[in-house]
Amino acid sequence: MQPVELPDKIHVGPVIDEGHSLASVSDKIGGIVLKRRITLGWVFGLLISFAVLQNLMAGAAWLFIKGIGVWGVNIPNGWGFAIVNFVWWIGIGHAGTLISAILLLLNQSWRNAINRFAEAMTLFAVMCAGMFPVLHTGRPWLAYWLFPYPNTMDLWPQMRSPLLWDVFAVSTYLTISAVFWFVGLLPDLATLRDSAKQRWKQVVFGALAMGWRGSARHWQRYEKASLLLAGLATPLVVSVHTVVSFDFAVSIVPGWHTTIFPPYFVAGAIYSGFAMVLTLMIPVRQFYGLQDIITIRHLNNMAKVTLATAMIVAYGYSMEAFFGYFSADTYEKFMIWNRMTGPYAPFYWILILCNILTPQLLWFKKNRTSPFRLFCLSIVVNIGMWLERFVIVITSLHRDFLPSSWGMYYPTIWDWAVFTGTLGMFMTCIFLFIRVLPMITIFELRMLLPGARVKEPVAQ
Amino acid sequence: MSGHIIEYAHPLYGLMAEFDTPGELVAAARTTREAGFRQFDAYTPYPIHELDEAMHLYDNRVSLATLLGGLFGCAGGFGLCSWISAVALPLNIGGRPLISVPMFIPITFECTILIGGLTAAISMILMNGLPLPYHPVFNVARFAAASKSKFFLCIESADPMFDTRETAGFLGSLNPTEIAEVAR
Repeated sequence: MQPVELPDKIHVGPVIDEGHSLASVSDKIGGIVLKRRITLGWVFGLLISFAVLQNLMAGAAWLFIKGIGVWGVNIPNGWGFAIVNFVWWIGIGHAGTLISAILLLLNQSWRNAINRFAEAMTLFAVMCAGMFPVLHTGRPWLAYWLFPYPNTMDLWPQMRSPLLWDVFAVSTYLTISAVFWFVGLLPDLATLRDSAKQRWKQVVFGALAMGWRGSARHWQRYEKASLLLAGLATPLVVSVHTVVSFDFAVSIVPGWHTTIFPPYFVAGAIYSGFAMVLTLMIPVRQFYGLQDIITIRHLNNMAKVTLATAMIVAYGYSMEAFFGYFSADTYEKFMIWNRMTGPYAPFYWILILCNILTPQLLWFKKNRTSPFRLFCLSIVVNIGMWLERFVIVITSLHRDFLPSSWGMYYPTIWDWAVFTGTLGMFMTCIFLFIRVLPMITIFELRMLLPGARVKEPVAQ
Repeated sequence: MSGHIIEYAHPLYGLMAEFDTPGELVAAARTTREAGFRQFDAYTPYPIHELDEAMHLYDNRVSLATLLGGLFGCAGGFGLCSWISAVALPLNIGGRPLISVPMFIPITFECTILIGGLTAAISMILMNGLPLPYHPVFNVARFAAASKSKFFLCIESADPMFDTRETAGFLGSLNPTEIAEVAR
């Protein structure tokens, strides 16, 4: 299948800068892992991230000692930071799968330069997300009770509960993302094995590459398996945030009990994920001099996806407000009124500012093609999407049906410790990843080079 | 004693030709196939779809395995939900049906994807004969470039038409940059 050629004015520059050859992309990307010295900046970044990760250790340790009461959760706010952060993190992961699977099926070859990094981000984000439900159970050492297994109590999980669907969806998502990522890594690990000079690196990459030798017979099955995995991961990624939204939508809480949640959650997930990819990729391409591989064209394309999903999210917000008034239901009406004017109203309006108004700047090419402006904008969107989850969880819970059971939610220092701790965990994983594995899929990048096309010599 | 003949394997694994461009490799692979060789393989730094056609590679077993894995996961997921809800721990809540199909779909779906995806990856790796710590092609010093920038074609001695001298001559006629013997 030939990719559709678009008129030149749509694109802002090439997918990969001229002057690269098959050998030069291997050396450039493999060299970051194999040859580049450890720089002070990297050590500094890793140390800061690792220090912040200690917040998670302290927060989790205190939680295990004292119990869930150290958090700000109460009745009526049974779901506090834990669920806010869980939904935020899992949403961030979705961009990685969208880039690696959906854009592969859509034949968008520009994705080849960013999919490895985005998939790694997915894995780390899902790991961070997984911390929260486990800690939120209050007794994390019994978390295995979530899985169906024969036990002496003769009890089984409730297979009709969205919370259990979540267990299946998130663990499947983590597993399939890891498998897809590893399959994509195989040929690149072989490249590193063949390029490494030190014996121990050859052994480590050799073992991981499992003897990959680039045989045409292997590639044929490999391509088939990649396509199948992409085809399976595409409905999977949509299902994961749909199931997450079911956690809310299947309940009867005003503000949660709505059918728009699944599509609006999925769009929001992709939105926040693309923002996080931009937040991470813009500094990385700067520090590692990858501007010729992750070009302005990539940033422009990602900015367009961000803008498109921002508009879907904006539609979701307006529908939420419309449903509230149109429902003729006292509690729904009050919920949306309380969300806009109640004690948490500033958060709601900041979220509208961050998620709907600011991204409108992306209509302008000047903003889409400026790495610095995009970086600032992506931070704003990340904050906005976190606030969105906070507003959804807290403003629905804190004033529900009976005014006698209303209450406020204030996060404690331990809520913040665990949240910032997962940010540290995420960044620590990213810093380690960019040093030990090729952060760009080398073999797929080769396919983008003009020299990679097959031009058979004419038979004499 | 019957005339039991011990057949010694050919001392060589095969002969390997190196090419600079994918076009030359595809042309060489097509010529090799047309010349009647069957036991040969091409080695490339990235997938080249034209090779599938030139070498007549049509292996759909990964797809079949994935389909079967997916169906197994689907049946397993639905079976798990049904067995738990109707047999292992039946709960009568207002007379609602024990096997409530719509509520079982999410877990059935996730199990389908999980088993299907795992089957796709594992069957691809196993059908490729991996993990394989040692393979003769790695004995060729220049073969390290197969994972970077060069294109190789190896005719194996297991092919009935293989003859060290004649096959070397044949490979030479394909205009490779280099020909090497592949030790076992």
